[in-house]
Amino acid sequence: MKKKLLTLAAAAAVGMTASLASADELTAVSFGGSYGAAQQKHMIDPYMEKTGNNILFENYSGGVAELKAQVESGNVLWDVIDMEVIDLERACSEGLLEVFPQDQLPPGDDGTPAAEDFSEEALANECGVGNIVWTVLYAYNHDTIEGGEPTSMTDFFDTATFPGKRAMRKRPQVNMEWALLADGVPKAEVYDVLATDEGQARAFAKLDSIKDDIVWFDSWSQAPQLLNDGGAVMVQSANGRFFAAIQEENKPFEMVWDGHVFDLDVWAIVKGTDKKDLAIDFIKFATGSKPLSGMPDVAYGPTRQSSYAYIDESIVPKLPSAHLDEGLKASSLFWADYGESLGEKFNEWLLQ
Amino acid sequence: MSNPELTQDEIRQADRNIRRRKWLAIMFVAPLLLFIFVTFVAPIGTMLYRSFYHPTVAELIPDTLTQLDEWSEESGDLPPPAALNAFAVELQALAAERLSGKLAEEVNRGYPGASSLIKSTARAVRRVDLAELQSSGGQLVLDANKKWSDVNVWRAMKKSGSVFKDDFYLTALDLERSPQGEIIQRDTQIYLDLYWKSLKIAFYITVLTAIIGFPLAWYLANAPSRIANTLMIFVLLPFWTSLLVRTTAWIALLQTNGVVNSILMSLHITDEPLEMLYTQFATVIAMTHILMPFMILPLYSVMKGIDPSYFRAALSLGAKPIPAFIRIYMPMTIPGLSAGALLVFIISIGYYITPALVGGTDGQMISNIIAFHMQSSNNWELAAALGSLLLLLITLLYWLYDRLVGISNLKLG
Repeated sequence: MKKKLLTLAAAAAVGMTASLASADELTAVSFGGSYGAAQQKHMIDPYMEKTGNNILFENYSGGVAELKAQVESGNVLWDVIDMEVIDLERACSEGLLEVFPQDQLPPGDDGTPAAEDFSEEALANECGVGNIVWTVLYAYNHDTIEGGEPTSMTDFFDTATFPGKRAMRKRPQVNMEWALLADGVPKAEVYDVLATDEGQARAFAKLDSIKDDIVWFDSWSQAPQLLNDGGAVMVQSANGRFFAAIQEENKPFEMVWDGHVFDLDVWAIVKGTDKKDLAIDFIKFATGSKPLSGMPDVAYGPTRQSSYAYIDESIVPKLPSAHLDEGLKASSLFWADYGESLGEKFNEWLLQ
Repeated sequence: MSNPELTQDEIRQADRNIRRRKWLAIMFVAPLLLFIFVTFVAPIGTMLYRSFYHPTVAELIPDTLTQLDEWSEESGDLPPPAALNAFAVELQALAAERLSGKLAEEVNRGYPGASSLIKSTARAVRRVDLAELQSSGGQLVLDANKKWSDVNVWRAMKKSGSVFKDDFYLTALDLERSPQGEIIQRDTQIYLDLYWKSLKIAFYITVLTAIIGFPLAWYLANAPSRIANTLMIFVLLPFWTSLLVRTTAWIALLQTNGVVNSILMSLHITDEPLEMLYTQFATVIAMTHILMPFMILPLYSVMKGIDPSYFRAALSLGAKPIPAFIRIYMPMTIPGLSAGALLVFIISIGYYITPALVGGTDGQMISNIIAFHMQSSNNWELAAALGSLLLLLITLLYWLYDRLVGISNLKLG
């Protein structure tokens, strides 16, 4: 009996090492939540099924701190990373990411070459490949809004017509842009104005006008909750969060697209990984027409034109990609320049 | 000879035995020492080191910095052409190794806007011939963007190049060094306010836990053991529950249409829901709840050990119950009370997760801004300086406590 067990254990051990040797394993990190679930369903699982390689899919909370720690200590645990373009810019120029061979990207399923199929922003940085278009906008609740139905960024700052609390994320990003938009600065000039001391003062002055009516939160996940329980009548969040609340929980929320600040998420490869080839292979697959067409599950737009062939037409108007004209592209260059100094000024303003 | 009954050999033998036992003892604690060193001393040490030792820029552009040494920054003139040329050459090398972003981030701290300036210029000089850069690269750089003609960029670069520096500590104290070398107030004043606020919040929490914890601990110590044991479970149960769960529970209680507001409104105490979540009030209340066991447990163990006959003796000698309680019983609980207060105060001053979740703006503490510099702005050096000052502050308070109350008066359980 004992001998039998031993043989079994030995066989299992041999089997395990054998399976480790034959199939490769890759560690991919992303943001989790419903977005992570959609990636699991449309990118990770199909890839594992197709190639037999194993992917460990983990969550992180964004930012470059962990990535920087791994690369600088030489202890690289992640291979592929999903990141916001605002972080990509910095991570890439600091040498935390591998350069991605964008010329190897396969054409779309309809035959369009990759360079034309992808939107321009998706391939703008040499270290990543665009994955989704997402946006930050505000929504209101039909049950709690008073004074009519807000339609513009000016309405968000108009507490006389639309009384009640506004909920915003506690950081300068997006809020500063919104303040200037509401103050009448044209979209094309927002970042130029914000780069000057006067422009920053103007944005803070506009925020000051509603300061007493702002509820601050720290994570997008808090936002739909605030709108639902009446903590605020207009709430800022990522569009996917509102979409999920509307679509799955039938909440009476309405998204306002005016002045939304959109950005991309990309797949990138961590510098120094010993599985670079496998990582490239995975990203080529994950940014194909079909896997990308699954992202509208969570209301994020695909970056490939050819993906729309797979998408239900009724969903398209609810995607950020249908509203790009009303929105403003978040400037990663601007925030790399002013993220820290405005972060400090913003905190100082909060404490006043 | 001090001990005439032992021979030399016997003494040596005895010494050897003692030494061997000492070694054995050290071997037993070696894993613990190693553990403490690896997980505690080393990380804190490197963080402290990081707050003043910062060689990044000096490693990236050594030649430029050597050239800049000869340039007097007060003059208001641009650095000499040799320095500019050296910079152009080194910038090209950085661009080739994809390290220009690192330099950009560092200089940007002293001159917001330098990040895109350096990155775009790095792209511009990437493919220029090396010989050309060596002879006239400086002019290329100046032509690439008019911001390079601003002396302040070069001042910021020279400043970021010093290896050992106190700049991060100055910033952490809301100070900075002017181009003339004087120490002046910064435009943005935030860190001192935040330290002060953290102290205040920690103080409120300590007082609240003491006021609520004291009667409870007294009751636990004097109740029949069956009741006391049951109640003790209620004290410990939250202690074993996840911190996040407890904090989230407070969100459900305090939110606009949450449990507390619903009750207040149904009792017609208020007509409008009170704004409680995302305030300092929420931070104080939630942390008081979370840190309560740290106050109750030491108090309880001290009270348990107080002989009830002292109190009875005071009564039988004619003291009224309340003065007897205050003058006889309370002084004997001081070791527990001060241990609890010290624990609660020190834990709460560096607390992060609860203020982040329920604190809103006026419930922010210094730990939240340290997290901002670790995670968002990537300024680990400033985060290290802020953390070091916090450590210093706590050590100072501990020393003060030792002078006033005495550490030997402490009883943790």
